[in-house]
Amino acid sequence: MIRFVDVHKSYRVDGRDIPALQPFSLDIADGEVFGIIGLSGAGKSTLIRLINLLERPSGGVIFVGDTEMTTLAEPALRAQRRRIGMIFQHFNLLASQTVADNVAFPMRLAGERNAAVLRTRVNELLARVGLTVHADKYPSQLSGGQKQRVGIARALANRPSILLCDEATSALDPQTTASVLELLAEINRELKLTIVLITHEMDVVRRVCDRVAVLDAGMIVEHGAVADVFLHPQHATTRRFVNEALPEEAASELAPFAQVPGRILRLSFRGDTTLTPALGRVARETGIDFNILAGRIDRIKDLPYGQLTLAMQGAGVDAALAALREAGIEIEELSR
Amino acid sequence: MNMLQTLFPNIDDWGEIGRACIDTLLMLGGSLALTILIGLPLGVLLYLTGKGQLRPMPKLYAITSLLVNILRSVPFIILMIVLMPVTYFLVGTKLGIRGAIPPLVIGAAPFFARLVETALREVQQGVIEASQAMGASLWQIVRHVLLPEARGGLFAGVTVTAIALVGYTAMGGAIGSGGLGDLAYRYGYLSYKSDYMLVTVALLVVLVQLLQMLGDRIVTRYKRR
Repeated sequence: MIRFVDVHKSYRVDGRDIPALQPFSLDIADGEVFGIIGLSGAGKSTLIRLINLLERPSGGVIFVGDTEMTTLAEPALRAQRRRIGMIFQHFNLLASQTVADNVAFPMRLAGERNAAVLRTRVNELLARVGLTVHADKYPSQLSGGQKQRVGIARALANRPSILLCDEATSALDPQTTASVLELLAEINRELKLTIVLITHEMDVVRRVCDRVAVLDAGMIVEHGAVADVFLHPQHATTRRFVNEALPEEAASELAPFAQVPGRILRLSFRGDTTLTPALGRVARETGIDFNILAGRIDRIKDLPYGQLTLAMQGAGVDAALAALREAGIEIEELSR
Repeated sequence: MNMLQTLFPNIDDWGEIGRACIDTLLMLGGSLALTILIGLPLGVLLYLTGKGQLRPMPKLYAITSLLVNILRSVPFIILMIVLMPVTYFLVGTKLGIRGAIPPLVIGAAPFFARLVETALREVQQGVIEASQAMGASLWQIVRHVLLPEARGGLFAGVTVTAIALVGYTAMGGAIGSGGLGDLAYRYGYLSYKSDYMLVTVALLVVLVQLLQMLGDRIVTRYKRR
């Protein structure tokens, strides 16, 4: 468990305090993938660095497990940091060392000298990230995705319980991003590792995160389960992120439905309801007519979801809505 | 031999030139080793205590930096003369190879320290942050991250320093330190034997050229980006 209690952070610039993070409290549970999304300058880099104290908070306390990080003396802090892996946007590998030596580096820092132990563990880690054949290459000889895989292997070397991902896919192309995210999800599942990631892409959050916090100008404006935040964004910033991930939805939001007869409704299906023919059944039973204006069916992490914008008309609309709610479908009436 | 005599009528003892070569190499080798020994830690200190670095200490940085700048701003020939009492105190003589080494090192170490500082600053901040995140201590960061990552720049700095030292050793000749500079000064300048001048200058050019080639090779080998 990672716990922030009344934490805030400001930087001193030219004798003035510039606030970077407004006071906030936040719990991140063991084994979850927690996303922090925000525009650049929103404070997400600062927030993730508070966890391993690369940034010191200006106030408040931070717990990782039972350890209060802020009071640790230097050697104890270093020991704690070894239990927290971190990967970076620009990979930050040692250019002068081979892939194998980069992966062995954190173990060497921790005092492991036994060559056989190091070799076994490095091979194990390189196999996990699929880079066994590149062990003796130098980082400059690898592609971006491969470099990030080295970064991941290195971060896992000391068997951490937490993995921090600092914009880990922002420098990668879409295909590589997908494969790196898949690897992160796999690591989370198989090693029961807590993952905290920061990103400016809602798509990254949708694919791998369980919960998300939205950061806007140093404030957490919204947080919760990804499905809730994604399907029912409350804050304007969140809506902007969601709309970026769903461009067609954004268009429908703006489209003038004035010409369309009937009530404009947005139906959200989650999990099993996505896969049942509820809409057709209810329409038959209540004799209503509907017209699909926009929609999308996809997955949020492992949860299938659908979101349809409909125009519904007929005498039985209220009854239909009740029946749909009964079937577990969430309904919002869109104002026009 | 005849041809040599025709070309260089004043040079009757080639062995003397050979010994001068060896003296220059000894001064160079000895002073370069000591310069690295002193300049490298000094450069690391400058880097670490600089503004926004791993252990910013503005006062210590200002003092070290000032000291380095003072030693660098004194022309070497003057520095040698000023340092004579110190040299005598350190090695018991002001003359010969031994007498040359203290001023050479005191002149070159601050210069090399600056080059070290610059080379270390070239190391990506992100790599340092990553090693901090891995729980590296300051010493581990210096030993296992900064120095290996900067080694291309460090070897380039050693090359530049070695070449500067060749120049310094030649200047040392003017006040009796021996070596090629001494020959050039005594025979070539004071006795108007310009063939001596020509030979020693040629030898110095060859030495500098060799150092540069060697340095470039090492730098290319270690610059993996």
